[in-house]
Amino acid sequence: MKTDAKDLLQDTGLEEPLTPRESRLQEFWRLIRRNRLAFVGLTIFVLFFFTALGGLMLTSGTRPIFDPAMVRLQEKLQPPLSTPNIDTLRPEEIPRLGLYLFGTDDLGRDVFARMLQGAWVSLTVGFVAVGISVLVGIFIGGLSGYFGQNRVRVDQLLAALALFLGGGLLSVGATSAGVMVCLIGTTYIFFSTRWKRGSGKQSPAKWMKVFFAEAVSIDTLIMRFVDVMLCFPSFFLILTVVALLPASMYNIMIVIGLTSWMGTTRFVRAEFLSLREQDFVTAARALGVSDWRIIFRHMIPNAIAPVLVSATIGIAMAILTEAGLSFLGFGVPPPHATWGNILSDGKRFIFDAPWLTFVPGFAILIVVLSFNLFGEGLRDILNPKLRERY
Amino acid sequence: MIIHLAPGQPSQVDPLNPKFTPEMVERFRKEFHLDKPLYTQYVYFYRDLFTGKTTSWKDNQSVLKKIWERFLNSLPLFVVGTIITWTLSFPIGIRSAISRGGLYDRSATFFSYLLISIPGFFFAYILIILVVTRFHVPVIGMETFGLGEASWPSMIMDRVWHLLLPSVLGATAGIAILSRYVRSQMLEVESQDYVRTARAKGVPEEQVHYRHALRNALLPFVTMFGLILPGLIGGSVIIESIFSWPGMGRMAYEAILARDYPIILTVNFVSAVLVLAGTFVSDVLYMVVDPRIRL
Repeated sequence: MKTDAKDLLQDTGLEEPLTPRESRLQEFWRLIRRNRLAFVGLTIFVLFFFTALGGLMLTSGTRPIFDPAMVRLQEKLQPPLSTPNIDTLRPEEIPRLGLYLFGTDDLGRDVFARMLQGAWVSLTVGFVAVGISVLVGIFIGGLSGYFGQNRVRVDQLLAALALFLGGGLLSVGATSAGVMVCLIGTTYIFFSTRWKRGSGKQSPAKWMKVFFAEAVSIDTLIMRFVDVMLCFPSFFLILTVVALLPASMYNIMIVIGLTSWMGTTRFVRAEFLSLREQDFVTAARALGVSDWRIIFRHMIPNAIAPVLVSATIGIAMAILTEAGLSFLGFGVPPPHATWGNILSDGKRFIFDAPWLTFVPGFAILIVVLSFNLFGEGLRDILNPKLRERY
Repeated sequence: MIIHLAPGQPSQVDPLNPKFTPEMVERFRKEFHLDKPLYTQYVYFYRDLFTGKTTSWKDNQSVLKKIWERFLNSLPLFVVGTIITWTLSFPIGIRSAISRGGLYDRSATFFSYLLISIPGFFFAYILIILVVTRFHVPVIGMETFGLGEASWPSMIMDRVWHLLLPSVLGATAGIAILSRYVRSQMLEVESQDYVRTARAKGVPEEQVHYRHALRNALLPFVTMFGLILPGLIGGSVIIESIFSWPGMGRMAYEAILARDYPIILTVNFVSAVLVLAGTFVSDVLYMVVDPRIRL
C-alpha cells in the first residue's frame, strides 16, 4: 500500500522521477522535517529522553552528583538562579552548579535535582504503561481480528468459566471449593481434547448437543469485553485501584497500562479484519505458512501505523495521568521526586514561591505537548491519504 | 453502534473487591457482613443498593442521598462547562476548517494542542493566581464563607464567580478536542460532491458553509453529546478537589481516602450506568437524526 502510493507520487512527476528510491527511514526523515511542529516535537522528545537518562545517572547512587533528597533547612524557598549562602552550608551541601537553577523548595532541596529525578519517572511511566497497553492491545486485537470468526462452543465456555470461577474462589480463600471447580474444568478440557482425537466419528447423544451448540464468536466475546472496559471512567478507575494497591511506581505503570489498551485493541482488530482478506495473506496461507508467522511477520508490520500513533499520544496521556495521580497524593511514594508531587508540594506556597508550581508545570506541559505534536505528525506521515492534503 | 447493555455489570466493580476483607477486619465486621465470604458481601451490596439501604461506613448516612446531594452540586459545574465547551468549540473548529492551512488554522491547532497537553491542575493554579491577583475575587469553594446576609445581587455574583473558574477549567480540554474534531469533520464534508454542487450552483459561500456543509458535519456530534454524560464524575476529580467544590468527584476522592467501600462501589456503579445511558442516548439520537442508520 505505502510503496504503491509512493510510486504513484513519483510516476506523476511530483518528485524528480530519476531520484533513487529512498528507504523508509529517509522518506520518514524528509517528511518529518517538512512538518515543522512534528519536528519540534521530535526534537524536544529526544532532548527529554537524554535529560531523563542523564538525570537518572546524576541523581541515583549513594553519592549522586545532584542529590534530590539533600535537605538544607536554612536555604529554603530560594528563588531560581539564586546563589547559596556559602558560609552557612557544609561543603557537601553546596549545590554542584554553584547556584540553585530552579530554586529550592520548602525543605531547601534543590528543585533542579528533583526535576532531573522526576524526569526519569515520567519517562518510564509513559513508556512502560504504553508498552503494556500496546502489547495487550495487539495481542487481544490480533486474536479478535484473526481468529474472531471461530465460534466458541457452549461446553468450552463452561469449562473456561469453571476455571475462572475456581481461580476466583482460590484467590478469595475458599480453597477446597476452588480446587474442586478448577479440577473439574481442567479434566474436562483434558478429556475433550483427547476425546476429539480418539473418536471423532462418534456422534454425541442428543441431550449433549445443547452443550456443543456454537454460542458466540470469539470476536463478539472480546469486543463485548472491550466495551465493558470502556464503560469505566478511566481516571476514576485508576484512582480507585491505585488507592487500594500499595503505592509504588510499578503498580501505577501497570494500572495505567491495563486500563488503556482498549483503543489499541480496536485499531488492531479493524486493521486485521481488512488485512486478512488481502491477497498477500491468502498467498502466505497457500504457501503453508503457519498462523502465528502470518500474524507476526505479515500482518502486524502492516497494522502497526495507527498503533504507533495512538501509542505516542498514549505516552502523553500516561504522563499526564501519572502527574495527576501524584498531584492527588496517590502517585510514586514521597521520598522519590516526580513532577506531579513537586507541583503538589509547591501548591501550598503558590503565592510565596510560584516557581515550585511553574517549573514542573511547564516541564510537564512541554513534554506532553511534544509527544502530542509528534504523534499528530506521525499520523500525517504514516497515512498516505492524509499526506496528499498538505 | 450496538448498545452495550448488560454484559459484565457485576464484573465492573470486581477489581475493588479483593481488598474488601483485610482492611476493615477489626471494626464492624458484623454489621457490614464482612465476616461473610466475598461473593456474599457482593450480593448484600447489590441487595442494599437496589432497595436503597446502602449506608456509608464513615457517617452512616444513606449513600444514595449523599450521592444525590453531591450530584446536585456537580450539576451546575457540568452544565456550565458543557455549554462553554460546545459554544466555543464549534465556531473555532468551523473557522479553522474554512481557512485551512492559514494562520488562524495553524494557531488554533497549536493552541488546541497546548490546551490538551496542559495538566489540569497546573492550569488551575495559573488561573487562580491570575484571577485572585487581578480581580480580587474569591474562587475556592462554592460560596464565600460567612457571607450570610449579603444582598441578593452580590450573592448571585458571588456564586457566578465561584462557578466560573472550575467550569472554564473543566471545559478547556473539551474545547480543544471538540474543535479539532469539528475541524476534521468539516474538512471531510467540504470535499463531498454535494458541497461542490452547491458551489457550482452559485450558492453564496456563507450559505455553502453553514447550510450545506455544517448540517452534514453535525451528525457525528450527536453521538458525542451522549458520550459526555460520564464526564460528570470522572473528569471532575482533580478540579473539584482543587477548588474544594463539594461535588461527586470530590466525594469519590474522599471516599477512596477513607476506604469507604459502599460509596466507592456505588459511585463506580453509577458511573457505569451513566456510560451505558450515554451510549444508549447517543445511539437513539443518531437513529433519529440520520435516516441512513437503522438498528
